[in-house]
Amino acid sequence: MQEILQNLLNGIAVGAIYALIALGYTMVYGILKLINFAHGDVFMLGAFVGFYAGGFAGRHLQTHGGPLGWVYAGLVMLVAMVVCGLFGFLNERIAYRPLRSAPRIASLITAIGVSFLLEYGGQFVFGADPKFFPTLVEKHLISFGGVTTTNYQMIVLVVAVIFMGLLQYIIYGTKFGRAMRAVSFNFETASLMGIPTDRIISMTFIIGSMLAAVAGILYGLSYPKIDPLMGIMPGLKAFIAAVLGGIGNVPGAVIGGLIIGIIESFVGGSHFSNYRDAIAFIILIAILLFRPSGLFGKYQAEKV
Amino acid sequence: MKTSLPWWLRDFLLLSGFVAVLIGLSYGLEAIPIAGIAYYNRILVIMGINITLAVSLNIINGHAGQFSLGHAGFMAIGAYFSAYLTYYHFAPRLDKMPAGTGQFVMQNVYLVIAVLAGGLLAALAGYLVGLPSLRLRGDYLAIVTLGFGEIIRVLILNIDTIGAARGFSGIPHWSNFFWVFLVAGLTIVISWRLVQSSVGRAFLAVREDQIAAEAMGVDTTKYKVKAFVIGSFMAGVAGGLYAHYMMYLNPQMFMFVKSFEVVAMVVLGGLGSISGSVVAAVILTFLPEGLRSVKDYMPGGRDPRMVIYSIMLIVLMLTRPQGLFGRRELWQIFGRRKKTDVTPDAGDANGKVNGDAAPPIQ
Repeated sequence: MQEILQNLLNGIAVGAIYALIALGYTMVYGILKLINFAHGDVFMLGAFVGFYAGGFAGRHLQTHGGPLGWVYAGLVMLVAMVVCGLFGFLNERIAYRPLRSAPRIASLITAIGVSFLLEYGGQFVFGADPKFFPTLVEKHLISFGGVTTTNYQMIVLVVAVIFMGLLQYIIYGTKFGRAMRAVSFNFETASLMGIPTDRIISMTFIIGSMLAAVAGILYGLSYPKIDPLMGIMPGLKAFIAAVLGGIGNVPGAVIGGLIIGIIESFVGGSHFSNYRDAIAFIILIAILLFRPSGLFGKYQAEKV
Repeated sequence: MKTSLPWWLRDFLLLSGFVAVLIGLSYGLEAIPIAGIAYYNRILVIMGINITLAVSLNIINGHAGQFSLGHAGFMAIGAYFSAYLTYYHFAPRLDKMPAGTGQFVMQNVYLVIAVLAGGLLAALAGYLVGLPSLRLRGDYLAIVTLGFGEIIRVLILNIDTIGAARGFSGIPHWSNFFWVFLVAGLTIVISWRLVQSSVGRAFLAVREDQIAAEAMGVDTTKYKVKAFVIGSFMAGVAGGLYAHYMMYLNPQMFMFVKSFEVVAMVVLGGLGSISGSVVAAVILTFLPEGLRSVKDYMPGGRDPRMVIYSIMLIVLMLTRPQGLFGRRELWQIFGRRKKTDVTPDAGDANGKVNGDAAPPIQ
């Protein structure tokens, strides 16, 4: 029982990070029908910006000390979000927008190109060897009812929930969100209705990349070893989470992320722990065979 | 005047001519007294393997229009299975034979058997992957094939007899320039003949409009699976040759990044253009090699060639989104375009010529 609860808790903490990345995938796919393969690497970029900004903040903390740690942690996250948001904006502007009227596979290849660029560029600029993410906040254990957790897992959960709530508000509570949903529903009609589709798409990329940056910081906090290729696997799993929840569906991405995280955590704690990386794909194939539109996706009848 | 040789004699002559040229080249290349010729030989061999991979993926992605991202997985199956056969079964037997011509002949016979067996196992996997493609389209299919590729990799990672995470070393060095280019040439010819055949027409029909094809009586399921089986067989063969050239295999070699590289070759060459795939495979193999010297100008000895490679991939795609050749073949671009020549570009259902437009994924 305790073991189950422990695995569940660990799974939710990882799943929340997957969910944050998955949101970026699902929003972009919902609007452009493009699998933005570079998104996992934006997550990596976020972690690295956090690494450098956190190192900078850490040096200041040592000289000043005190309760400023939380403020610095927040600032580090903000810096990472700004850098990644800017990257997301430029990425769409340079690599995807010129190809919007071209066959979709062309932008898929540029997405792969941008992904390579971030990975190899990361190795070139940051170095290929792993780096250790600075401890922005003092780590301590919390245990209750035989389940051990850290304040980090709590931070991950709280921050993830805050940003998901924020996104929910943006999408369903603001004018921009309504425009975004309209563009996602029907691109051409939306533009005929006077919605500035280009601006909406740019904003979608910015928001998605910012969420990836948050995920990168949270990941760096929980698993302090970061390297330029760290975005590949979480990126893929987050994409699977998005597909699992029904791609283009925002709550679906969150639930998909949690499901993947929890199942992975249980498999990791069992005899089959070697197959941990494959399990996400097995779930994916099973889901797609039985429910191709994902758990919450709408089935779309094919028009002839 | 047209020659009136019977087709089998003509094909036989062409094939033996090709084989003779390859044998000459493979011996000739090793004999050239240039420093570092082994290095160039190695790049050429890798180029030949990449050509095979790209042309075979082009059958699935370009001709049948089924977007697959799992080619590295099929290649891995062929590589590992053939390496398993030679390492555990064929090489020990060969060692017992007296050295000489007999041993040399048997070595190549064993190589062919092992590589074909690897290809067949990969084809079986292709059949299993092709089946879900009955239900899935476009991006979903892409993700499922990517998933299959990764599952294959994780499975290999857990089989201890073939080295698991340590990698599989000690594979005999049996494959060479000759075999790699023979296979590459055969792949190109088979792929070309396939497109001209009724099967190829069915592929194109499925690609252009699945529903219309079905209405016309094309068994779309059968042809999709067929494309997968043929493409993965060739990928498996390429993998087998790769294994016996590198003499070492590691599951990391077959990450989905490898599939992406092959997809990039196919798309860059132009989906559905065989010569495009070949040219793009050549370019994308030489590009990182040609950029090796850039490292010398960089401070700190960091290697920027893959950065330049990815930037060039993006720029190439931005400037020619339909690929280098579109759907046309090399000779159709430089030569006069014959109107009667039925090629993938001959027109769609409305009789309208599509020009360069590649098919959208739907």
